[in-house]
Amino acid sequence: MLEAEGLACRRGGRLVFEAVSFALEPGDALLLLGPNGSGKTSLLRLLAGLARPAAGTVRWRGRDIREERAEHAQRLHLVGFADGLKGLLGVAENLALQAALLGEPEARVTAALEAFDLAGRARDPVRALSSGQRRRLALARLLAVARPLWLLDEPGVALDRANRARLEGAIERHRAEGGLAVVASHGDVGLRDPLVLELGDGPPC
Amino acid sequence: MLRAALALLRRDLLLARRRAGESLLVVAFLALATTLFPLGVGASPDLLGRIGTGVVWVLALLAVLLGLERLFQPDLEDGSLEQLLLSPAPLELLVLARCLAHWLATGLLVTLASPLLGLLLALPGEALLALPLVLLLGTPTLTLVGGIGAALLVGSGRGAMLAALLVLPLEIPVLIFGLAATEALAAGLDPTGALLLLGALLLAALAFAPLAIAAALRLALE
Repeated sequence: MLEAEGLACRRGGRLVFEAVSFALEPGDALLLLGPNGSGKTSLLRLLAGLARPAAGTVRWRGRDIREERAEHAQRLHLVGFADGLKGLLGVAENLALQAALLGEPEARVTAALEAFDLAGRARDPVRALSSGQRRRLALARLLAVARPLWLLDEPGVALDRANRARLEGAIERHRAEGGLAVVASHGDVGLRDPLVLELGDGPPC
Repeated sequence: MLRAALALLRRDLLLARRRAGESLLVVAFLALATTLFPLGVGASPDLLGRIGTGVVWVLALLAVLLGLERLFQPDLEDGSLEQLLLSPAPLELLVLARCLAHWLATGLLVTLASPLLGLLLALPGEALLALPLVLLLGTPTLTLVGGIGAALLVGSGRGAMLAALLVLPLEIPVLIFGLAATEALAAGLDPTGALLLLGALLLAALAFAPLAIAAALRLALE
């Protein structure tokens, strides 16, 4: 369903990775491993269609995502460090507006907040949240708007054990419903038999 | 599609309302800057009457340029810009919504405050009336054209000053025709020609600025 073929990424003239290929079917999860700077975030951005690969293609059901950027954008969630949350707006407000911006005004905001144990904070401004709570709110977007492809950049950072379990549960349910997940992680998020892709420290010479 | 743009507009207006203090600071700055002119050139009503409308227009332009940094930079830093790119609505439409929200919080505010600024410069009643009318037509163009500069420099780390330098020459036609229309209106002459040109500039900016801004933002995020 999601295929990457011979992907290479160049940043600031430096080759970050090359010859990255994989294929994911519904229900699959891909775990991206690698040291800082090995290109995990860049690969997620390539898969989202936000950046152009230096070489190679990404295909969804056999079609190049660069040729259908708008459609591809509606298939995926990208949750990274920059969460797009506005500190002045409330927790539920932020999530509802993000969902509306994704074209889903009838999003399951309340259910998504409950799933990440934020229902009690729904009316608080986001700037009053701790970094873990903020991360949970960013992740709640995954459940508020249904999308088949989840691209998660270090989703476990700042989460305590109970909330990491909630996240893992959400990912497994998503997979059980036929969804795909690509997770960049240093191993703090447990996935049930994922495909593993190790990005090295630069390409082998 | 349209709903996503409306959602962005709603969010921006909510944010603008929650930091209304910042917008009021702009008005306070304009009022203070205006009072510098009688102090600087002398308080003769005759002299102020001649330069007054020009002063208000230049200050309006500066106020818009000052606000450019807030147009896209905060969204780039907190990741919202990336989410805009992943929205089903065309980026051009979202950009237009953003510029509209930004204009409501800066350009419209300056427009509404302009009679007060004119009063500080002892302008006659006709000019006090003409200023907001013409500014209403001119300031949206200032915001849209300024947005191109802001988008081109977003994330370059050089910020608003360079953006202002970049777009200032492009804003000059608005200043010229805006001033001509204001002075014609105030003097009881026929302002049609200048107003039509001002309107044409606005239509051109509405048509082309969103395209340019969206292209610049895509480039910045590649």
